[in-house]
Amino acid sequence: MNGLRAASLDLGTLLLPEIMLSVGAMFVLLYGVFAPEGVVSTRRAHLLAIVVTLATAAAAAMLANQAAPLGAASGPLAWDGFRWASVAVILLGVLGSLVMAMEYNEGAALSAPEPPALVLFSATGMLLLVGSRDLMLIFLGIELMSLAIYVLTGLDRSRAGSAEAALKYFLLGAFSTGFLLYGMALVYGATGTTNLTQMAAVIESRTLGTDPLLVGGLALLFVGFSFKVAAVPFHMWTPDVYEGAPTPYTAFMAAGVKTAAFAAFARLLLDGLGPAYASWHYAAWVLAAVTMVVGNVLALAQQNVKRMLAYSSIAHAGYLLVAITSRSADGVASLVFYSLAYTLATIGSYCVLSIVSGGIEKRTRLTDLAGLARTRPALATAMAVFMLSLLGFPVAGGMGFFAKWYILRAALNSPTPQIKLAVIFVLASVVSAGYYLGVITTMFMKPPADDALPSRGVDARLTGGVVAVAAVLLLFLGVYPSPAVRWARASTMPMSPARAVAAPTPMQALAPVNSQPMLP
Amino acid sequence: MGTFYTVHFWLFSALAIVAALAMVTRRNPVAAALWLVNVMFALAALYVMLGAHFLGAAQVLVYAGAIMVVFVFVVMLLNLGENDVQERRSMGAAAASSLLGGVLAAELLYVIRSQPLNDSVLQPVDNDAMAPMANSLFTENLVAFEVTSVLLLVAVIGAVVLAKRGKVAGEART
Repeated sequence: MNGLRAASLDLGTLLLPEIMLSVGAMFVLLYGVFAPEGVVSTRRAHLLAIVVTLATAAAAAMLANQAAPLGAASGPLAWDGFRWASVAVILLGVLGSLVMAMEYNEGAALSAPEPPALVLFSATGMLLLVGSRDLMLIFLGIELMSLAIYVLTGLDRSRAGSAEAALKYFLLGAFSTGFLLYGMALVYGATGTTNLTQMAAVIESRTLGTDPLLVGGLALLFVGFSFKVAAVPFHMWTPDVYEGAPTPYTAFMAAGVKTAAFAAFARLLLDGLGPAYASWHYAAWVLAAVTMVVGNVLALAQQNVKRMLAYSSIAHAGYLLVAITSRSADGVASLVFYSLAYTLATIGSYCVLSIVSGGIEKRTRLTDLAGLARTRPALATAMAVFMLSLLGFPVAGGMGFFAKWYILRAALNSPTPQIKLAVIFVLASVVSAGYYLGVITTMFMKPPADDALPSRGVDARLTGGVVAVAAVLLLFLGVYPSPAVRWARASTMPMSPARAVAAPTPMQALAPVNSQPMLP
Repeated sequence: MGTFYTVHFWLFSALAIVAALAMVTRRNPVAAALWLVNVMFALAALYVMLGAHFLGAAQVLVYAGAIMVVFVFVVMLLNLGENDVQERRSMGAAAASSLLGGVLAAELLYVIRSQPLNDSVLQPVDNDAMAPMANSLFTENLVAFEVTSVLLLVAVIGAVVLAKRGKVAGEART
């Protein structure tokens, strides 16, 4: 009867990447039903998942160059550069962790076809998260993403740490979901809509910016999202979970969840709640400052590289919050650019850890990296590139330097300049040199530990390939960043209210026309 | 208001009250939980008779189904016996629950007094609440609906993977 409404949204096109990923995941599961149990089937299931990811990436690339289908302008699903750029970054992370997992899982007790399917399901949730413009879909995306990751964290039942991490992550995650949902309910109560476009219009027209119901909802949303992106003071779970989870899934978590959750957070704050900027600006500011400082300081004390990277990922959540706080097209572009650099460096460094530890999770202490430059010079060099990139070191750190620089510039050029925050950002980055350079000195200047690593004898050639690709890409884009910059600038997202912004920043002026303003 | 309606109204009302009384007097927590299921079902029937079909169905699904399973699960998990329940029944708890019950009864009495109960209140309301709801679910919120089904699939797979993995890992170690 009312088929018109359904037909006015071309869901098949709008959701093509998500549909491809989830249907692909189901095929991987079906393959697992009919294939005999064993290492060969596990490898094939992972290969199938990789093919599905590649096909999805190709489809997304094709869609990104197409005009938006009917109903995309204000519907529940966005069709803008920001979505496609985030999709590309996430799929890159998925690919890296699938390759790593394929070799890691061989011979381990993990050999089964379900893990790659769960990775694909989780990726479906991530893609949904970056593409949705509706509170309901954002919530479902977060849940889909998280639920699969809880399971992946606890996959290795032969280690108590894995089960502990999964339980901790699940309980705290479920708790934080409560905050998120309550916040969404209050925001819905204040504005009467779950659609971000309409929400912005309602807040602006009825000047709801300081409405207690909306502010209360905002506070709860901040708690929920801070947990998902691991911002201080909601970061307690991160080191334990990152350390306990099998390394490939730690990488997946660190890269994918962060990118997806930040994309959704940015869209929610800048698009839907943009007119209430005055209400959330200070909260985001404090969150960013505290997260940068605490994350970096605590990382200094870590002896386990996985834990250290966990605290480093907390610090990076702080840097990304700076990009959101600056609320400009510049900020959005720097968010995307930073996500790409962070994903490459994170996936790369976890791949190195996976190779060095030979699949034995206890072998991820800092001392296990000692003398790596002598035993595996290429690997040590790549790790040095990743560390310098996370630090934001010029030239040798490749793209990482420009990523930090763009965030800094966005903060300073913002309509409301964030000078103090920029200072904290720089100081926190200086502190982070303490532990990133510590890894490098351990690898290059300390003698190898006398006990030779008893490797599980897992073939890690493809993981090595991921390391090489990530390092080369980082260096290449560090020397020649223009393509990535152009790509990041094209990843615009409709922000409301555009007219409240005083003067267009240079990047806004340069932004291509394919960004669709949603407000009339 | 037909006789059929009246008979069933009193039937389910009586069932709800009796089951609620039975629930609070049981000593075995599992028995109390099962009586609570009875209360929920009787209330669901009353909702349906009042024309609130969706509310009735949701009552059965959510309260009589999901919430009760969780209750029974917790009871089993904590392994509560009759003695434990006896020990937990203190004077303070009794006073607090009587107070809360009293407040609720007063509220209900006030509402009923302020709006005299007549036949029209007991009449089934002829509003078709299901059509707009179904319409919204399968058109506007179709994507959310479908994503929910994927979410449930992931939950099922996750549970199976975790349960199965334990066995396989144990075999691998021995």
